[in-house]
Amino acid sequence: MTKETREVYVFGTCLIDLLRPEAGMAALRLLERAGFHPIFPQAQSCCGQPAFNSGYRREARAVARAQLTAFTRELPVVVPSASCAGMIRNHWPALFAGEPEETQARALAARTFELCEFLDRAGLVLQDRGESVRVALHHSCSARRETRTTASAERLLTQLSGVECLAPAHAEECCGFGGTFAIKQDALSAAMADSKCDALLATGAERLISQDAGCLLHLQGRLARRGDALPVQHIAEFLWERIA
Amino acid sequence: MNVPGPMTALRARVREALGKAPVRRNFRAAMDGIRAKRADALPDATDFAQRRARTAAIRARALARLPELLERLEQRLEANGIRVHWAEDAAQANAIVLDLLRQAGARSVIKGKSMVSEEIGLNDVLGEAGIAVVESDLGEYIVQLAGEPPSHIVAPAIHKNRHEVATLFQAHHPQREATEDIEGLTAEARQVLRARFAQADAGISGVNFLVAETGTLVLVENEGNGRLSTSAPPLHIAITGIEKVIERLDELPPLLDLLTRSATGQPITTYVNFISGPRRADELDGPREVHLVLLDNGRARIHADPLFADTLRCIRCGACINHCPVYVQVGGHAYGSVYPGPIGALLEPQRLGLEAGGSLTSACTLCGACGDVCPVAIPLPGLINQLRAEGVEPRTDSPLPDAGRLRHRGEALLWRLWAAIYAHPRRYRWLARLLTALRRLAPRRLGAWTRWREAPRPAARDLHRLAREAGFSDE
Amino acid sequence: MNEARNHILKRLRTVQREAPDTNALPAIAGADAETLITRFRTALEAVRGEVHRLRDGDWMGWLARELPARGVSNLLAGTGKIGHTLQTHPIPGVTLHRYDRPVEDWKDALFEHIDAGITGCRGAIAATGSLILWPGPEEPRLLSLVPPLHIVLLDAANLHADLATAIRAQGWTQGLPTNALLITGPSKTADIEQTLTWGIHGPRELVVLVLG
Repeated sequence: MTKETREVYVFGTCLIDLLRPEAGMAALRLLERAGFHPIFPQAQSCCGQPAFNSGYRREARAVARAQLTAFTRELPVVVPSASCAGMIRNHWPALFAGEPEETQARALAARTFELCEFLDRAGLVLQDRGESVRVALHHSCSARRETRTTASAERLLTQLSGVECLAPAHAEECCGFGGTFAIKQDALSAAMADSKCDALLATGAERLISQDAGCLLHLQGRLARRGDALPVQHIAEFLWERIA
Repeated sequence: MNVPGPMTALRARVREALGKAPVRRNFRAAMDGIRAKRADALPDATDFAQRRARTAAIRARALARLPELLERLEQRLEANGIRVHWAEDAAQANAIVLDLLRQAGARSVIKGKSMVSEEIGLNDVLGEAGIAVVESDLGEYIVQLAGEPPSHIVAPAIHKNRHEVATLFQAHHPQREATEDIEGLTAEARQVLRARFAQADAGISGVNFLVAETGTLVLVENEGNGRLSTSAPPLHIAITGIEKVIERLDELPPLLDLLTRSATGQPITTYVNFISGPRRADELDGPREVHLVLLDNGRARIHADPLFADTLRCIRCGACINHCPVYVQVGGHAYGSVYPGPIGALLEPQRLGLEAGGSLTSACTLCGACGDVCPVAIPLPGLINQLRAEGVEPRTDSPLPDAGRLRHRGEALLWRLWAAIYAHPRRYRWLARLLTALRRLAPRRLGAWTRWREAPRPAARDLHRLAREAGFSDE
Repeated sequence: MNEARNHILKRLRTVQREAPDTNALPAIAGADAETLITRFRTALEAVRGEVHRLRDGDWMGWLARELPARGVSNLLAGTGKIGHTLQTHPIPGVTLHRYDRPVEDWKDALFEHIDAGITGCRGAIAATGSLILWPGPEEPRLLSLVPPLHIVLLDAANLHADLATAIRAQGWTQGLPTNALLITGPSKTADIEQTLTWGIHGPRELVVLVLG
């Protein structure tokens, strides 16, 4: 394969950009390890989901439109977040329906991939160099239902010989983040976080990992407030740490 | 006077519900059980997808031809001797029922389960008119004794445990020996309600499906109270929404199959009751009169809305409710609406208008669990999210009541500001630099976020900068 | 109220929508009679239905043995063949009542004094273990509902693979009776703590005698 065809875009997402850039860097490194040449357009910001899920579609479209001009080449777009990948893939086509950019948005949606999905499909081989550890994998609802890429994450983790991956009770249930839901229904969001935290702690895991920074931000904040010591990590950070 | 708005009231009910640990335990246990049963009854995702493609098509086809089917249904029902009444709203429906009861001189009514009767507040209207109404579905009977609305559309008393039921029964059946045993409580309800069935002047029930081809009301139930309500008293009044009609009898089996598997994990309920007419001259029992009240109450408006018409596919199985991560935390009463959970968040704002019902769309994380299990493939999360948009940035021709009325200046301004920054790379880069540079000044308190969680702190260097410094190319 | 009807229909007619095709149901592969009986039994027993396989003429003997043993002293039958047979062959210790007059004339007695009701059926559905009953003048609706024990005689030849097949085979679209029923097990509820309990309003026990 030529270098050209191995080029991929990385859409880092706004949350990772400002709050968890290590996850974005790990994603870039993992793609390199898988033999790709990742490109990080500096003009990128956010997929528009926060506004989209709050009903402000005009604003969501304006922000999404700016991304269209940042990812113009016909390259795969890899996103270290199932939530943002799902937004682009499943909701941009409708968001741009009847707009001049509709064709462009559909094309970009069709070449957008969640990171684990992309690495798994690319056949990335992971050589575990870390010490044995038990981790709880929190599947985000986006990974489960928007991108349907939970199996990819699990397949990558099973390659790691020193890692025992634990599933919490009620694994299929939402952690209560939900974007602005966490603010608008804050008490409810916290109650859902508590159920999730209890289930995660009950696994006896030493670390919590997930494909989505949103869930992690929310759970990490709640765990800290409760005084529970369970370190959290984005799956990209974790994978990179194990093989680097 | 400062009356709390629907959003404030919803948050208050949520907080109240979250404070009731025993009730929350009841919901948790009940939802875990019912989810497991559904999973056992529909174990294969591919098979389910195929089956629901068919049931969704059957419902969509019926809705596409709704006026025609309703006319055919009416014709067949009348030919079968069932009188058909049309009600545009709750008041008309209640008036029709009251009128029928008065004409028959009915003083006591035994009721089978009907969510539509909850929707129109029928029991209160009849009670005020001096007609004694007794709910006969065990769950409905329990909440009636407690003076509460149902907390679930299929299992109305799911929020109560045996001790609470026992206390209620002791208060209302003082002549009977007290028991806390579920078998004993059930036997007690049987005894008390038997007398009511035998004495009732009229039975009122809901309907699960209306079959236009044969002029038939189809009712699904496990207890037998539905059969008793519709066959023991001399008068039967059925009440249901206009959307419940299907065209042909051969479309019924796949719908029945997915309805009961989705609702309770049963391949079929104990009774499927097909009513196609009143008692004939040579028959020895059954009602001498059967009436059907067809209720619009906003449904025709929903039907006309191309974005939301799919809402009417709903067959009221409750699977979306059972799988909702919000419902399992707070239960049905916290919603403060007739229909709780995801179907409530979708239906109530359309039925009541966005001002009164729109806040329900906030009690949703858009997690998608409901859409996955819906047996008629209603895209619930997408539609709930669409409703949020109708509240703040509606379509120009939105038929939704109060479209755009949930737009608040402050919130709208925040989103415009957000877009003004995030849609312009240079402004966004400037914001990122600012936040990372001032990270040590990041506030420890961030409103509702930090009421429950610690505040996140911006990274020292954002990903844009890290990627650039590490030599990752820009294009 | 014709006004309401016209308003509603008019509102519904403001839109024209394409009706999707509802593809015909795939036919269930044929199964032999014994397979159907096994399926029927398994499905019905799973919901606490009792199934006994008997030779054609043996049901009277079964009743004569079982009814006294189960404490049934008042048995209700319709005016058809089953009731007639029972009348001509009385069971010692069991009083036979016939459902031969309008329910209004004896509702209290029906609700309070009958221990068991016996009916025939139009057939059954193997997939779900469901009995098909078409109550009528000879076997009224409440006969299969009010008594705590319901005994059903089922002709083994009348088993159908599933509901769709039964509807076609029995020509339901040609005309349904005022009331038709599918009965799958005894009456039940799980309304208190999701705990299954039997006989809340209808029969506590359902016994099917499969004949032939």
